[in-house]
Amino acid sequence: MPELRVLLKNIDVPNQKDLAVYEQDQGYATLRKAREQTPDEVIEIVKTAGLRGRGGAGFPTGIKWSFVPKDPNLEKYLVCNCDESEPGTFKDRVIIEKDPHQLIEGIAIASYAIGAKKAFIYSRGEFYEGIHILQAAVDEAKAKSHLGDLDIVVHTGAGAYIAGEETAQLDSLEGRKAQPRSKPPFPAIAGLYGKPTVVNNVETLCNAVHIVKNGAEWFQSIGKERNNGTKIFQISGHVKKPGVVELPLGTTLREVIFEHAGGMLDGRTFKAVFPGGSSCSLLTEKDLDVEMDFDSLAKLKTMLGTASLIVMDDSADMVKVAHRLMEFYQNESCGKCTPCREGTRWMVQVLERILSGEGTQSDLDLILNVCDDMAANSFCPLAVGAAPPVISSVVNFREEFEAYVQKNPNADKPREMKVKAYI
Amino acid sequence: MLSEKAKNSILKLQDKYPVKRSALLPALHVAQAEIGYLPQKVQQEVADLFDLNVTEVHSVVTFYDMFFEEPTGKHLLHVCKNISCMLRGSDEVIAKFRAKLGLKPGEKTTGDKQFTLVASECLAACDRAPMMIANDKVIGPIEEKDIDSIIEETKKMDGHPCPVPNIDIERGASH
Ligand SMILES: Cc1cc2nc3c(=O)[nH]c(=O)nc-3n(C[C@H](O)[C@H](O)[C@H](O)COP(=O)(O)O)c2cc1C
Ligand code: FES
Repeated sequence: MPELRVLLKNIDVPNQKDLAVYEQDQGYATLRKAREQTPDEVIEIVKTAGLRGRGGAGFPTGIKWSFVPKDPNLEKYLVCNCDESEPGTFKDRVIIEKDPHQLIEGIAIASYAIGAKKAFIYSRGEFYEGIHILQAAVDEAKAKSHLGDLDIVVHTGAGAYIAGEETAQLDSLEGRKAQPRSKPPFPAIAGLYGKPTVVNNVETLCNAVHIVKNGAEWFQSIGKERNNGTKIFQISGHVKKPGVVELPLGTTLREVIFEHAGGMLDGRTFKAVFPGGSSCSLLTEKDLDVEMDFDSLAKLKTMLGTASLIVMDDSADMVKVAHRLMEFYQNESCGKCTPCREGTRWMVQVLERILSGEGTQSDLDLILNVCDDMAANSFCPLAVGAAPPVISSVVNFREEFEAYVQKNPNADKPREMKVKAYI
Repeated sequence: MLSEKAKNSILKLQDKYPVKRSALLPALHVAQAEIGYLPQKVQQEVADLFDLNVTEVHSVVTFYDMFFEEPTGKHLLHVCKNISCMLRGSDEVIAKFRAKLGLKPGEKTTGDKQFTLVASECLAACDRAPMMIANDKVIGPIEEKDIDSIIEETKKMDGHPCPVPNIDIERGASH
């Protein structure tokens, strides 16, 4: 199937980031259309369309907006999550660098729907170019009075994966360490400065523009039931044509990799793929016909996540992959809760000794047990995401781990405890 | 010491937010862009501008990867080591960079203080793997043969810029 470009339609138009060019393709007309309706009507359209959040969790956007209290005296905020730090993910960067007004229009529509007069774009600090483009676009939109009484602040983060988690993002936006908050209360009730706040991903907010423009029925006609609309897939790793491609949800994994990403590098064969960023279970050859949507991937006990396909061929060393990813989660653990802070550290140590030929047979079960416990007992979803890539690597490629373990002459002996107990 | 320009930039940033503490991360970027890094003295100056105890500022500085408490080289090279880049050879690229820059094991900054090399987590340009950000410039896919010219081209840059737009500082005033 050919690509279906809705959000990415204009990214190759020269100077699309300039307001004058954006306006040529009905730019900001949808915002005016939204403002001719009541906020509740706008929420209803997005709800009926069935849009689900594109930041990873797939929560229905219209429902999230409807949780915000209607009290006009309450200050409310919209936060656009542009932290984009999930390994393998690079779709929001494309939008903010190539078509920033599309996002700003989406932010303005969402802010109108929930009654927010102030919105923030939380961009990761490493988006040097994107942040400057966004700021210039906000200034231009404001100068031409497109934003009405809405103020949009482009905020610069400073390098922390956990700042992408919505409640940690709010703490970060308040000028603190990015550490997650306990839920409930959910941000829609008590978010930024304790006020009702909606946090939405860049791609989610862009979708809102097209839903209000073309109607809920149009959106429902794309993709599958409960999994409507297009999705920006990002493909990286051992494929011929890494990049972004926009397709209806429900396109098969095989089609995304072998048609749109050009298939595997010459002379290599497909081995495995993380279908939704790194924080999910990998899939193998037998799963290639799965439809890439929220529900189909959940059935396979993995996730659509950010729809970032990290593709691996026969040259990939799964022990190294597992080790590198666990090291990432260890680096990025915020340190707030013990299962995550200590669990990720412990797992890195075990994987390191396996890699250096000092692992034992019992280490493999230890990995599975600790990962399970860590994911079940952590405070926030970071550790819940750290476990599946490693567990699924061990389960699907146990022989690779065993090959490393067999380099240790004492691999079958139980590990000697070096800690003495003093009671 | 922060210049008056930098302090004014920070005060202007504070005005954008309903609660001024929200401007702390951008403010630290501004201070770092001017001084080059964030020594204790500068953290104290920032703390004063926010009516915060310096320990609060310190906890923020140490939490985020983009802030440096030690002097860095003039140019920052962030080479991605995360999975998509690793699959496309980032380990070799990092090793080559270290060798070309003459970095000994454990060293991050070159003796002439021109470069600091950071092996970083995913930088959201995995389609360009193996990739890097030289100061503020995204480069990739990197081939081994390009490394010399990347280093030479980076030398011509002004150094590590501030990611926060529209600010006014005296770059390298006390660097
Ligand atoms: C560790 C972690 C990192 C996350 N990073 C991001 C991110 O960079 N961008 C994003 O939009 N959502 C991220 N999320 C998801 C957010 O918590 C939240 O679900 C999302 O921003 C909501 O927006 P949506 O409903 O539009 O998807 C992350 C979640 C976790 C647990
Ligand atoms: S893994 Fe290197 S940019 Fe994403």
